[in-house]
Amino acid sequence: MKLLAELWSSSVESLVGLGAVVRFLLRLLVDTPRALLRPDLIAQQVYNSGALSLVIIMLSGLFVGMVLGLQGFQLLQRFGSEEALGTAATIGLVKELGPVVTALLFAGRAGTALASELGLMRATDQLSAMEMMAVDPITRVVVPRFLGGVIAMPLLAAIFSVIGIYGAQLIGVQIMGVDSGSFWSQMRASVGLSDINEGIVKSCIFGVMCSLIAVYEGYHATPTAEGVGRATTRTVVTSAVVVLFFDYLVTAAFL
Amino acid sequence: MRKSRTLNLGTGTFVLLGFAALFFLTTQTTSRGFSLTSPPHYDLTAKFDNIGDLKVGAPVSMSGVEMGRVTKIAFDSKEYKAVVTLRLDARYNQIPTDSDAAIYTQGLLGGKFIGLTAGGAETYLKDKDQIDFTQSAFVLENLIGQVLANFTKSSAPSDSGNPKPDAAAAAAPKATEKTK
Repeated sequence: MKLLAELWSSSVESLVGLGAVVRFLLRLLVDTPRALLRPDLIAQQVYNSGALSLVIIMLSGLFVGMVLGLQGFQLLQRFGSEEALGTAATIGLVKELGPVVTALLFAGRAGTALASELGLMRATDQLSAMEMMAVDPITRVVVPRFLGGVIAMPLLAAIFSVIGIYGAQLIGVQIMGVDSGSFWSQMRASVGLSDINEGIVKSCIFGVMCSLIAVYEGYHATPTAEGVGRATTRTVVTSAVVVLFFDYLVTAAFL
Repeated sequence: MRKSRTLNLGTGTFVLLGFAALFFLTTQTTSRGFSLTSPPHYDLTAKFDNIGDLKVGAPVSMSGVEMGRVTKIAFDSKEYKAVVTLRLDARYNQIPTDSDAAIYTQGLLGGKFIGLTAGGAETYLKDKDQIDFTQSAFVLENLIGQVLANFTKSSAPSDSGNPKPDAAAAAAPKATEKTK
């Protein structure tokens, strides 16, 4: 009986949390037009979330692509269709690995930075100070960070996919000896615009989710050193779970 | 001032790289080149008894040159046939009216495509015209079924007296017989 009651109260708690996140998102969206009046702030956040994540994204993309090239080659060789490597690697990268791995790395690189920055602002009363000066911290601080992440994420995923394709090409064509012409032409013949679209839609959704979770956790962090640390951890954990869950949903929706 | 310059440079480079990557994905990894307006084209239809696993987007070619794509596959519930709409590039507007369309397979297990063979008529197919001569998809399962049937027949004792042609050779003409 006690267990049931606990289960009930914890599920109510998680519903309350979900509602709070959705309301926070709505608040961000309402404040977006006002934040757009300061594009320089957004550009700075695109730099923080996007340009600074570029190195890790490009390196990971290269290695993921190279692994795909190697694994795909080993598998396809059994059926004597190594030429399909380009198709296999591109579909895998553009539809799945590009958006998902980028989102996970993004949560780890940019999401934690956002959450800890906002959490520290909260802990050091900078947000309250802004309110005292009649500056809305949501419009001035939170929305630009959110929008910066939303803009950066699809671009990062696209860069990841392209670098990954070249990684697969490096292994498959340069080292394993797949014919370069058939690598590219088979890819062009069987990859459709709908595959690319799926990847773009996914990375946009992941961008909104990861940025939202990061700014929400940071903004609502307990104003202590421990609270900031916990907000950062929760950002990564929640982002990863949410990204994988929405990945399934979007994939199913596109089938 | 110096700092904001590097910041702008970094942001600009990143955004440029991102859009370059998107552009690469949409133009270089797919068969569709970058075009905002679709090039001039015209549509033809063809009715097939069986289209196998022909998909929308499959290429349409003549003499191995790609001329267009399959844009729509519908079902004619009166004739019980598949109605395939082909969109051809307007450059190739001199296809004789008695040309025939056949569904072929790319490679042994590849996807299906439509191959056109030119006829001898003096008039050319126009938009919304129908190709009358068609040849259905070659369904591998049917052929295997026929080969198996032949094997079981030739191994039956009553048939042992007849000189049996090779099973595969007997099945092959049958598979193409149900054309047109």
